[in-house]
Amino acid sequence: MRIATLSALVLAACAIGRPAVAADGDPVRGAGIYQRCQACHSLDRNRSGPKHCGLFGRKAGSVPGYRYSKAMLRAGFVWDAASLDRFLANPMKAMPGTRMGYAGVRDPGERADLIAYLRVATAGPPDCP
Amino acid sequence: MTCIEPSPRPQNDGRRRFLSAGGRGALSAAAIGLLAGCDSLARAPAAQAAGQAANDAAILNAALGAEQEAIAAYQLGAESGLLQKPVLALAIAFQGHHREHADALAAAVSKLGGQPVAPLPSYDFPVARLNSQADVLAFAAGLEKGAVSAYLGAVPIFADRELSRVAASILGDEAMHWAVLRQALGEVPVPGAFVS
Repeated sequence: MRIATLSALVLAACAIGRPAVAADGDPVRGAGIYQRCQACHSLDRNRSGPKHCGLFGRKAGSVPGYRYSKAMLRAGFVWDAASLDRFLANPMKAMPGTRMGYAGVRDPGERADLIAYLRVATAGPPDCP
Repeated sequence: MTCIEPSPRPQNDGRRRFLSAGGRGALSAAAIGLLAGCDSLARAPAAQAAGQAANDAAILNAALGAEQEAIAAYQLGAESGLLQKPVLALAIAFQGHHREHADALAAAVSKLGGQPVAPLPSYDFPVARLNSQADVLAFAAGLEKGAVSAYLGAVPIFADRELSRVAASILGDEAMHWAVLRQALGEVPVPGAFVS
């Protein structure tokens, strides 16, 4: 997603009085951080990691057509800002057995930015249905 | 999927020599496989070492999945008919690097007692958006940039420091791919002093 497009989406969401982003996260900075995720993930396509469209409010381990680890299938939680924050800080520690072999986003500010981006970018067009 | 032919023998011009010179003398897949488990894992108590090995194998498998996707992506690009000859040769060479990375990572996973992940039966590439050579190069550049970030995230968390060295070695190669692809796209090849 282009930064300009993302900025416009955030402004539009704010204009109609709906909280578009995490309280202290910057989705434009988060778009840059999301590039780190793109080794394995995409917004709209399953890759070696599952797609992210529709992430917020989705039960963990439930993207159709993606083959999850047993750990993720057993997770039993719903993705929201809090669960993402816990998981992204250190995926392998938060969920032993996950296939997400990644150090995580250790900086809380960067996590907030990334989560803010995900909240906007995964919710609808232009990158998600 | 049919495999593309091995990289043609570089012609005797400076640019091709430059592009093909990297990688010689690098760690072979077999050598990397042998490195796995040779450092801190060997010194840790058995239960702790087993857990560390499983974690290291999971990190390696995540990287292996990305490498397998890159191999398939370059295959798609090579077969697209969109790449002109010098760029096509580059894509084939880069695919060969990813194949070497994948072999090395799979060997290391096996050495650690893990099961290397298999390539996906098919990859959901955004083919509708790949309509020109520039589209293919930009797509490949995105994958390479993602790979750089992934290896950067992996380097500090291996229990086995030899694997960190291997990951750093592959990171360097991916970063070179990314820079060359950016150059081919007419972009600044090295956009900053640091990568993230």
